[in-house]
Amino acid sequence: MLHGYLPAILGGLQSTLAVAATSLAIACVFGILGAAAKLSASRAARTVAGVYTTIIRGVPDLVLMLLIFYGGQIAINRLADAAGWGYVDINPFIAGTATLGFIFGAFLTETFRGAILAIPRGQMEAGQAFGLSRGQVMRRITLPQMVRHAIPGFTNSWLVMLKASALVSIIGLDDMVHRASLASAATRQPFTFYAAVALIYLALTTISILGLRWVEARYSLGVRKVEFK
Amino acid sequence: MTDTAIRPVLSAEGIRKNFGAVEVLKGISVEARRGDVISMIGASGSGKSTFLRCLNLLERPTAGRIEIAGEALALKPDGQGDLEAADTAQLRRLRSRVSMVFQQFNLWAHMTALDNVVEAPVQVLGLPRKDAVTRAEHYLERVGVAHRKNAYPAFLSGGEQQRVAIARALAMEPEVMLFDEPTSALDPELVGEVLRVMRTLAEEGRTMIVVTHEMAFARDVSNRVVFLHQGLIEEEGDPQTVLRTPTSPRLQAFLSNTQR
Repeated sequence: MLHGYLPAILGGLQSTLAVAATSLAIACVFGILGAAAKLSASRAARTVAGVYTTIIRGVPDLVLMLLIFYGGQIAINRLADAAGWGYVDINPFIAGTATLGFIFGAFLTETFRGAILAIPRGQMEAGQAFGLSRGQVMRRITLPQMVRHAIPGFTNSWLVMLKASALVSIIGLDDMVHRASLASAATRQPFTFYAAVALIYLALTTISILGLRWVEARYSLGVRKVEFK
Repeated sequence: MTDTAIRPVLSAEGIRKNFGAVEVLKGISVEARRGDVISMIGASGSGKSTFLRCLNLLERPTAGRIEIAGEALALKPDGQGDLEAADTAQLRRLRSRVSMVFQQFNLWAHMTALDNVVEAPVQVLGLPRKDAVTRAEHYLERVGVAHRKNAYPAFLSGGEQQRVAIARALAMEPEVMLFDEPTSALDPELVGEVLRVMRTLAEEGRTMIVVTHEMAFARDVSNRVVFLHQGLIEEEGDPQTVLRTPTSPRLQAFLSNTQR
């Protein structure tokens, strides 16, 4: 049915998953740093984080990706020229994942910030009052409850990011979408190949939703569910 | 009498606290000896909760000296006009000997009643979990909520939550227990069960400092009453005397307003 291109497309799936997973890791780091900065006592940290989330959330992913990949390429080569090095080629995997991670870090910043604020302050205070260290309060009291509050927003960001990973095909990364476009050009059957890719994305997102639902349930022990009657 | 009976378990000297330009505490000294049950009363805004929270440094005092079990808490300026702990390891160690019961219970919502009580003895005192569980079950039994040990706080009534919180405080086997308006957030019909538990703790000879609006508790259970007014101790002494025949007009006014 796929004219023998299935293995090629599944090979591209690997790189799609690698991009998504790496971007997610980078986004989590930016998200945690961003949330910590937004909640910090330092005005400078709050300002930097505010500028970050405002700009990144306000510019289309595609524009940012092109800006960082092509613009970054030129900027780096100007620097390299000035330093007397030769031509530097940015690795599209690194550029793609760094860009996606940077973008979705801004969304996760807000998700994590809200999740921390949702925990009553008194619970952290009780931890301190009983002699727990700052790290213990973070690890034993804040984080486990933050996970529960963060999961719904985190799920959204992850789904959007997984889909946005298709954008890396335009900067020349050989992902699933890139391979599907090659195959459809060769066979002149775009519908077949893009439909196949769409189904694979749908499978990935469905599995993600089920997995994260399980995580949420796991961390929601002790929560009384709100019921609308 | 041994030395420990004479030396105060907790002493606070000249505690001051400013919030910006507002002087909330203007130099308060309180000393608790072993077995003392001290009730701190006063109108809201008189600074009694702030004072209690200064004792374990949940609030940073602007000035003053705190000594717990004969050990002075090392303090240093925090650069913003208040004092902070100079040695965080010492602060944690002293905090582990002073447990607190909060107005809003502040149980950890993601842990069962049992785990709430087990947490600090394991994490802070380094007790093996098995021993901590035995200890926790013992204290949950003491406060009468052992049958609810596997329930999460959200599924407990306010009175049950506060009794779990008291068990959590007891499980540290502290030198002194601080109660910050422990019945103020409870429905009236649940106040009694918490006060009964506190009364038995007092009868066991535990050292307690209780910020409270419960005049009957202050009169019948405590052996000393401290009346705060605008950040200063206005009157203090034996509850029978202080509450029956107050000398300060402000305490007289306060007491006549709290008669129900």
